[in-house]
Amino acid sequence: MIAAQKKMRRSNYGRGETVAGWLFALPAILGFVILMLVPMIVSLFLSMTDYSAFKAEINFIGLDNFRTMFGSTELYIKDSLKATAYYTVLNVPLSLLVAFLIALALNTNIRGRGIFRSIFYLPSIVPAVASCVVWLWLLNQQYGLLTTFIKSLGFGTPGWLWDKNTVIPTIVMTGLWGTGGTMVIFLAGLQGIPQVYYEALSVDGGNAWHKLWHITIPMLTPTIFFNAIMAVINSLQVFTQGFIMTKGGPGNASLFYVYYLYKQAFEKANMGYACALAWFLFVIIMILTAIIMKSQNKWVYYGGD
Amino acid sequence: MSKKKIGRFVGYGLLYIGLLLFGFVAVMPFIWMVRSSFMEIKQIFIMPPQWIPDPFTLDNYVQVFTKTDIPKYFGNTVFVVVTNLIGVLLTSSMAAYAFSRLRWKGRDLIFAGLLSSMMLPSAVTLIPVYIGWSRLGFVDTYGPLVIPAFLGGGAYNIFLMRQFFMTIPRELDEAAFVDGASRLRIYWNIDIPLAKSAMIVVGLFCFMGTWNDFFNPLIYLNTMEKYTVAVGLQSLVGKYTSKWNLVMAASVVVTMPCVLAFLIGQKHIIGGIAITGIKG
Repeated sequence: MIAAQKKMRRSNYGRGETVAGWLFALPAILGFVILMLVPMIVSLFLSMTDYSAFKAEINFIGLDNFRTMFGSTELYIKDSLKATAYYTVLNVPLSLLVAFLIALALNTNIRGRGIFRSIFYLPSIVPAVASCVVWLWLLNQQYGLLTTFIKSLGFGTPGWLWDKNTVIPTIVMTGLWGTGGTMVIFLAGLQGIPQVYYEALSVDGGNAWHKLWHITIPMLTPTIFFNAIMAVINSLQVFTQGFIMTKGGPGNASLFYVYYLYKQAFEKANMGYACALAWFLFVIIMILTAIIMKSQNKWVYYGGD
Repeated sequence: MSKKKIGRFVGYGLLYIGLLLFGFVAVMPFIWMVRSSFMEIKQIFIMPPQWIPDPFTLDNYVQVFTKTDIPKYFGNTVFVVVTNLIGVLLTSSMAAYAFSRLRWKGRDLIFAGLLSSMMLPSAVTLIPVYIGWSRLGFVDTYGPLVIPAFLGGGAYNIFLMRQFFMTIPRELDEAAFVDGASRLRIYWNIDIPLAKSAMIVVGLFCFMGTWNDFFNPLIYLNTMEKYTVAVGLQSLVGKYTSKWNLVMAASVVVTMPCVLAFLIGQKHIIGGIAITGIKG
């Protein structure tokens, strides 16, 4: 092409960008509208109806579903809230702590780092069903390896998943096995801390403890913050482990909220009520996220860059 | 040795012991699964446990492939995963191109909407989306499992891909445009090849996420013949309750593709998580 033509095309570059932008983003925009925006509105509407897959008609019942949720006829929601809250309270700090400690250990210049990193990440890619099956067997009351191990130490047979007092801690324990994703995010955060800070502290005579307390943890607070929010959101939506390993038992002790919602929607066909349950969960998640967001001024340190 | 050196030596020793211990705990269930899959039923109950199967049998695998429906589930899952990969890689990179390389009205608003949708619990949209598929007559087909991949492929993937596209200099696009390339060609021949590592990361996440997805096949597939491996394995466990060796072999078969994908792409995966983790 000759120079004049090129010049014209250069000045044309911005033209048609809006059309092109919409065209390229069209599948994503359609997906956003069809799979997010519209369902959200429909869900909010359905939460105020008695819609059921078994019935032909839909009646608008205002806030009745929400009244039912907190009323005396609702026998399961308290159990499901309790199970979910207990799980979240245990799982969030524990999974963050374990992931953080492993990441810290892997951030040193020890030999075999790459292998250890793979080893700790590997469990998180095992399909949930497969890992649940393995755990079910490891914990089996008669033949389970872990049960036998605990018994051989002279303790009694642990109740694991079959005792309502130990079922949630046990599920948390099996979940800790898959904490590799969080660990890798911590590791990336650790590697982003400039070495000069540590060197400066060494010059001033600081020891390993000082480094951890005055550099590593403060510098890592944005990562901790991100992982904490994700852990809370994910913990509140725990489903698969309860569904596969315990079926919500014993005695609803592991009837997680989303599992209960699933039962209402797909076993009892109470679609309207299930939507109300979903919105209540959404509100809880929003509130908790807002609290964590709000608290970040107090403890999250964003570096100079 | 000086006192300081001894301290450091002991510190590293403790670190190593801790890592080995934790590492053992991390791989133990995995090793348990694999070793049991090569055993006869009598062997797996022996205490103290045999860690290396003796005798060593492939019989469980032969049974998994000849007597169970796992091969069928495997084929179904491959179909769902490959279709998802095509849809997600194509439409999420298109969206990422639009959100990072082009300037257009409404862009930032839509992108903000997409990002905030990541916070929305899927339970909220679950029921209307299910009703929608059901009205279209798509329940018990692969439609609900594959069509969404062609509609942007999820906010997370778009976000990850966009972060990467942002690092490619815009001048490259402009130069190509001046030389007469259309936007489609710029996207396809310049930006996509340059974003190869982002494509690999999104592809791997999509592969593992779809392969392991339990919830969607659970609610959308009713006919057993259409099951994917995740729900298929679950039904197999119910059928062969006490045949742990067989169930473990099936679990290994179901897990292997993800482990292979991880081992092949682990460098990219860890880099990819770092991108979203730090900047998220």
